[in-house]
Amino acid sequence: MTRKGRRLVLIASALAVIGVAAGLALFAFRDGVVFFVTPSELAEKTANLSPQARMRIGGLVQPGSVQKADERHVSFAITDNQTDVKVIYTGLLPDLFREGQGVVAEGQLINGVFRADSVLAKHDEKYMPREVADSLKQKGVWNDGSGPKDK
Amino acid sequence: MIVEIGHYALVLALALAIVQALVPLYGAIRGDGPLMAVAQPAAVVQFLLVALSFVALTHAHVVSDFSVVNVFENSHSLKPLIYKFSGVWGNHEGSMLLWVLILALFGATVALFSRGMPDDLRALVLAVQSWVSAAFLLFVLLTSNPFARLDPAPLEGRDLNPLLQDPGLAIHPPLLYIGYVGFSITFSFAAAALISGRIDAAWARYIRPWTLGAWIFLTLGIAMGSYWAYYTLGWGGFWFWDPVENASLMPWLAGTALLHSAAVMEKRDALKIWTIFLAILAFSLSLLGTFLVRSGVLTSVHSFASDPQRGVFILGILVFFIGGSLALFAFRATALKPGGIFAPVSREGALVFNNLLLTTSCATVFIGTLYPLALEAVTGEKISVGAPFFNLTFGPLFIPIILAMPFGQMLAWKRGDLLGAAQRLVLAVAIGVAGMIVLEALRGGPVMPAILAGLALYLMVGSFVEIYGRLRGARTIGNMVSRALGLPRSAWGTALAHAGVGITLFGLAATGWGVERIVTVKPGEPVAVGPYEVVVRELAPRDGSNFKELVAHTEIREGGRVIAEMDPSRRSFTTRTMVRTEAGIVTLGAGGQIYMNIADVRVDGAIDLRLYWKPYVALIWLGCLIMSLGGLLSLSDRRLRIGVAQRASVRPQAAPAE
Repeated sequence: MTRKGRRLVLIASALAVIGVAAGLALFAFRDGVVFFVTPSELAEKTANLSPQARMRIGGLVQPGSVQKADERHVSFAITDNQTDVKVIYTGLLPDLFREGQGVVAEGQLINGVFRADSVLAKHDEKYMPREVADSLKQKGVWNDGSGPKDK
Repeated sequence: MIVEIGHYALVLALALAIVQALVPLYGAIRGDGPLMAVAQPAAVVQFLLVALSFVALTHAHVVSDFSVVNVFENSHSLKPLIYKFSGVWGNHEGSMLLWVLILALFGATVALFSRGMPDDLRALVLAVQSWVSAAFLLFVLLTSNPFARLDPAPLEGRDLNPLLQDPGLAIHPPLLYIGYVGFSITFSFAAAALISGRIDAAWARYIRPWTLGAWIFLTLGIAMGSYWAYYTLGWGGFWFWDPVENASLMPWLAGTALLHSAAVMEKRDALKIWTIFLAILAFSLSLLGTFLVRSGVLTSVHSFASDPQRGVFILGILVFFIGGSLALFAFRATALKPGGIFAPVSREGALVFNNLLLTTSCATVFIGTLYPLALEAVTGEKISVGAPFFNLTFGPLFIPIILAMPFGQMLAWKRGDLLGAAQRLVLAVAIGVAGMIVLEALRGGPVMPAILAGLALYLMVGSFVEIYGRLRGARTIGNMVSRALGLPRSAWGTALAHAGVGITLFGLAATGWGVERIVTVKPGEPVAVGPYEVVVRELAPRDGSNFKELVAHTEIREGGRVIAEMDPSRRSFTTRTMVRTEAGIVTLGAGGQIYMNIADVRVDGAIDLRLYWKPYVALIWLGCLIMSLGGLLSLSDRRLRIGVAQRASVRPQAAPAE
């Protein structure tokens, strides 16, 4: 093979691999990406959501909203102190799940109820999912010193 | 007093680092021997100063000196001693000090073990290395001083985050940092080559041990982090495609590519510019990882506290080094004599294929990790890119790598025989396919785990075919053993490392056969999970030094017979009023594990359990250990030993000029 030919093989295979990777990435972005919303944003958007859309909602666990139907079927409400969304979840809640604390649920909105297939809670008393902290700040329910304001 | 000495030593180290960054550089450009000679003692003393500072901080932690803010915020007088030691780097300030310590350690190692190297190259390498350490020393002193005092001193500390009170903290960060920071040396070598405009096969030989060393530690660090997450997070996950994990995976991928391209450069004097680029890339990705984890742009257990000032500072360092080195690369790379171009079917062709796929898969991880951050910065929209994205992009790119790995070992340099290699791999292919069919027949269910497991078997067998070929001619067993011992250790290293990838892949494939049960039981009530039965015997309280726990003494039975016991528990940490569960894990035949976690204990004594049977799961980490062992064997190969490099550098240059 000539020098030119070898170089051509190299360049062509590089382009092929990169092309395939780009294709895969674009394809995966269609399905693999999950949007994060607050309960208020969810309420605004409900109308134009496709029913299959997966998303994450973050906020605080509404105090007094946690109900356990039996050991593994739980329902609770996530709130940003303006709007709240009812969430139902099948499975065990994380160790750090507590009323009034930050939480992120991932799943789908079906008939106005959010069916979560995973629930993440904060790691320690300082930590709160950043999205939650940001949205709480936006809504003015955040004290810089102490985290969420008590209401 | 000791604390002030530590602080002062750190300031001195910074001053010395600035000297070391400038004087040898000037000396090397002017060809001035005495000025270049400043580099070595400076590097050693710089390390000693940072080490002194680190010892001072460790001392403050061990004696619980709560007048130091860092100790007050992260320690407690009742904390077990091991966590007083490892707690030194279980916080932002201390972990940055560890970072700088390892950076200085690598500088000192180059200074001490580089007798065969040309003086100007050594001086340039140490100067560039010192630019990096000066930047990070400045960062530590200005934004993250671990020696800040508190007056009046509190009586008791706030204790370490309970999630970090684990032996994993003693091992995971140092391993990972040695890996991350190890790439600083290859970076310094790359920058030195660009500054001096000289680069040859000997250069590739110098960087190989450093690349290998960094790669070994990074492999171990990632594996350790993954195992730690597995046993501590309580639901048996071990890799989450979390940005922090991706931050360590990206330098690993770039480093693996570098390892292979440096081999081409060393043997064939080709791919020079590409190798330099990879050396820059590997360290840039390490810096990016440090930025992502330390700046507070991400929240995770890894980011201890966020402070925007720090983020901006690290971003500045990042821009300076990545931008500076890429600018240097752009200006100087053309001055380097390019190497030859070679046949597509050859060892070097296979290594280029490997590089292409590794860097592309690294790029997809990069996109998946940074796209959400970029999108949020630009549009304010928040998205998360999770496992589905990475499985879809990273997976398909990695499968051809695995298929090609045994071929790469089999092809000769310059001109390989693809058909011949394929014929010799027939056995490996046959075992892979047979394994696939048998496993699918035995396990049933979706075919993907069986396909991946078959691929893993093919790789495990295929990795040794090349060595088998070299031993086949032996007549007696003794002859065979002596031949095996006579093979270059790097050949064994390659085979082991590749087989390690196969073992890890088998463990990953087997996750598809796992069994998960979420149940509520009373003590004495048996639960079937996989082929076993698990019974909680009793629930008993127990006191630890800084926590109280509820222990579930549990038996595992097979066919009515007790084969193992475990004690998972729920710990309540008093100071931080936080609960952490300790999973019970028992390894049974072939690396399968029973994993049990107490999710909740009810008032009536019933226990909510998460129970898993994970067949072959331990192979995931065992494979990583074997990969590192392969790296270690390669590192001990004769041709990498110190002192040999000089003789090798007079080897005639093979590359024709373009």
